[in-house]
Amino acid sequence: MIRVENLHKYYGAVRALDGLDMIVEPGVLYGFLGPNGAGKTTTLRILTGLARPTSGRASVAGVDLTTDGRRLARRIGYLPEAPAFYPWMTPREFLDYLGRLHGLSAAQRAARTRELLDLVHLAEVGGRRIGGFSRGMRQRLGLAAALIHDPDVLLLDEPVSALDPLGRKEMLETIEDLRGRCTVLMSSHILADVERVCNVVGIIHRGRMVLQARREELMERYAQPVFEVEAADPASAQRWADHLRGQPWVVAVSVEGTAARLTVRDPAAARREILASAVAQGIELRRYEEARPSLEDVFLQLTNREAT
Amino acid sequence: MNFLIVLRKELMEQGRTWRFLIVAAVLALFGLASPLLAKLTPDLLKSIPDMPPGLAEMIPPPTLTDAVVQYVKNMNQFGILLALLMSMGAVAQEKERGTAAMMLTHPVSRLVFLLAKFTALAVVFAVSLGLAAVGCWYYTLLLFEALPWGPFLALNGLMLLAFLVYVAATLLCSTLARSQGAAAGLAFAVLLLLGGIGSLPRLREYMPGRLFEWGSDLVLGGGDPAWPALWVSLGLIAAALTAAWLIFRRQEL
Repeated sequence: MIRVENLHKYYGAVRALDGLDMIVEPGVLYGFLGPNGAGKTTTLRILTGLARPTSGRASVAGVDLTTDGRRLARRIGYLPEAPAFYPWMTPREFLDYLGRLHGLSAAQRAARTRELLDLVHLAEVGGRRIGGFSRGMRQRLGLAAALIHDPDVLLLDEPVSALDPLGRKEMLETIEDLRGRCTVLMSSHILADVERVCNVVGIIHRGRMVLQARREELMERYAQPVFEVEAADPASAQRWADHLRGQPWVVAVSVEGTAARLTVRDPAAARREILASAVAQGIELRRYEEARPSLEDVFLQLTNREAT
Repeated sequence: MNFLIVLRKELMEQGRTWRFLIVAAVLALFGLASPLLAKLTPDLLKSIPDMPPGLAEMIPPPTLTDAVVQYVKNMNQFGILLALLMSMGAVAQEKERGTAAMMLTHPVSRLVFLLAKFTALAVVFAVSLGLAAVGCWYYTLLLFEALPWGPFLALNGLMLLAFLVYVAATLLCSTLARSQGAAAGLAFAVLLLLGGIGSLPRLREYMPGRLFEWGSDLVLGGGDPAWPALWVSLGLIAAALTAAWLIFRRQEL
């Protein structure tokens, strides 16, 4: 559904994309993950036709990006990170306007507007001027706008970045409900969000795709076991961490306050040694937990490897 | 056709953001006031205290010509100023705010985006100038005599064409610039450039400013037609819009 081959984009001397390759299969919910400045927004702007690549090829829904933009516009929905609207319009008027542009009949427009305003929880303010909306409300209206014509491909740039925790949860649930109905490419630097809803993950770093795989496969292949241990005080947590760093079964140790997080290469040895080492060092433990590795662990592992 | 849908939105925007009302009010006010000012100016001058003896008698009585000259002068100044002010943000503001990027991912071509803006501004100026013309015609009838409606219509058509040259040139500036401020600066530079060229004796025959004189001559009689200025104005509008489109279609948003 989305195919990107050897995409380069330069802004003067700045290399925003450096040979990006990406394939997004139809119907998947693809999490496009990367730190700020990795090239996520540039990629999405190229995929919407708003920017042109310096070199390389890209196609969306079978439409080559070098061909007619209007044909592409009928197939995609796009939610920018900070969606902008005409402040004098109301959400109802704006969605009706977009519906007209997409050739919907008056009855279709009325029904679709109602349905989408309900979906993004803006039905109550459907008659208010958009000029007074908060950033979160604009982001939700932006999603409704992107969905007005039931697109084949939905491109979402940091769709929950401006939302409060409840809004974030609702938006992610809405996006998750789209799985199977259309292909979704969602960029984010918030790993927990991608982990929550996406079934395929692509990790971009410095304009290149570091890895793309199904989420489960990624976790299996790259997530090293993690243990979280909490000591009684920060000083003893630090002292114990220094001791553990020298152990052959430990990959990395990070300490934050009284909590230490251990990435290990041999979970069986870790299970045996952690508590024994705590007793030997005279550490008073508050908590001991074998944690499920998060996408964040994978992400840091992969991007650190790429950076070195 | 999407052009009509986008034009409808542009016209709604002109109305809801009070721009239409501002243009209509300013032009209509000066349309009404022009014959009134022409009529009252001699009396106002005569009422100045300590006027040297004999000077008051030298001030000629107001005529229809004064009303028309006053009307053309006011429309020239305020119409062009409004054309710049109303057009400078048309594209630059949408690029700056992000609405252009938002809309152009929907089925709106960049050509339609630009043409709808120009057409909406043309409608605003045509209607506003129409109101000004009705006001001027009526007050001239009350205070002087009836203006010949055919030539008066032609005068207003020529003035509208001159305004549209400035609207198209400012739209081009707005497309070139990244911000409204920069667009305003560029537009004033274009205004000065056209004014400067228009003051050169050999070139003024070809410039849009000559249309105002031609229109006055049509109403008052005398003078030569300025067909070159008309064709150059139409050419300038077409050239500015084409340049704006060629630039805009290559711009990244």
